[in-house]
Amino acid sequence: MQYAVNAAAALLVAAMAAGFAQAQTPPLSLVPYVVAGGSIEKPLAAPGNVQRGQAIVLDKSLSSCVLCHVVPDPEHRPMGNIAPPLAGVGARLSAGQMRLRLVDSTLLNAHSIMPPYYRVEGLHQVAPAWRGKPIMSAQQIEDMVAWLLTLKEPPR
Amino acid sequence: MKALLLLAAGMLVAAPAWTQNRVIPQAGLKSGFEFLSPDLKKMQLDDFANPGTLWVDRGEKLWRAEAGAAKKSCADCHGDARASMKGVAARYPQVDRHSGDLMTLEARILQSRVERQKAVPFARESEDLLALSAYVAYQSRGMAMEADIEGAARKHFDAGEAMFFRRRGQLNLNCAHCHDANWGRTLYAERISQGQPNAYPAYRLEWQTLGSLERRLRACLSGVRAEILPFGSPEYADLALYLSWRAKGLPIETPGVRR
Repeated sequence: MQYAVNAAAALLVAAMAAGFAQAQTPPLSLVPYVVAGGSIEKPLAAPGNVQRGQAIVLDKSLSSCVLCHVVPDPEHRPMGNIAPPLAGVGARLSAGQMRLRLVDSTLLNAHSIMPPYYRVEGLHQVAPAWRGKPIMSAQQIEDMVAWLLTLKEPPR
Repeated sequence: MKALLLLAAGMLVAAPAWTQNRVIPQAGLKSGFEFLSPDLKKMQLDDFANPGTLWVDRGEKLWRAEAGAAKKSCADCHGDARASMKGVAARYPQVDRHSGDLMTLEARILQSRVERQKAVPFARESEDLLALSAYVAYQSRGMAMEADIEGAARKHFDAGEAMFFRRRGQLNLNCAHCHDANWGRTLYAERISQGQPNAYPAYRLEWQTLGSLERRLRACLSGVRAEILPFGSPEYADLALYLSWRAKGLPIETPGVRR
């Protein structure tokens, strides 16, 4: 009950902070976060580790990023072209904007096809093995954010 | 004027399903065949190289084999499949007149086997069921898909369409995200096809065997980390009907070869 009150208060505060700001109450199993002004400002976990983040983003079966995005990769592995290349994304987006897109990009654009990496509610027919679990942990999100922020060079 | 408006309104309400909006216009339909490498295209087109031929041949033998307590073969009732089954697969899935259920070709074969032949039904995805369904669909090879979505089929079509556009699984994707909006683009290392059903049952290299459309749909569901429904679930038949309508005009390729 205390949580609900706090969450409601957070929602109200966030909504007042910016006229158009979205705010939401994450489920109890996830680290709570506040969406405001197209961004999640507060980190979900300890500061991200750049090396771990690179490994996660480039691991096709772990994060699936490279299924859709071309990502700078010293090994030049195959990558998809469904979504924009990620080279230069560190210059285009702030940490908070990146975090929101990874957590659940449909909060920004309801039609986004990018999978929500940190969401467990409002999903339909999730396979039992994945039910109630986000695609990534809070720490993995922070690790990915940390590495993506280093990608300052635009695609060549 | 008022009468005209009323007439127009009436037409809107009673709009037949063929006026349904197509995301991919019929002129833009591309069979999965067009997304194959030249080697695989050659393999599909050459009956001696196409592994699916093995199932078609087996299906031909099964068609003429007596089975069950009724001691009847398919041929005893249906005659020569080359004549009686020509064009049949192009019109499936189809509503069963008695039960109102939507039947895939596999479901119809199983029904006949139990009700007419009084035999033990084949298991889903068994070699025998795949062989018979491949043999029956093969009789429509080259014919345009033309599933009926009017009348009793309409509610199944609507359910299938809703399923196509419903986000699902941990990855929160619907069928249209890949197969309407992004076909032709590259997913990891492969070009995304339009998700057309006209080659099934098909020999898939990933499986190293022939498989049904349902098996292929399950692979997509598993890819988005969604619940896999059991074989023969009505949801698959509904979706298959939507896909058949969406593929209207594409030629049946069974047995197709796919990656």
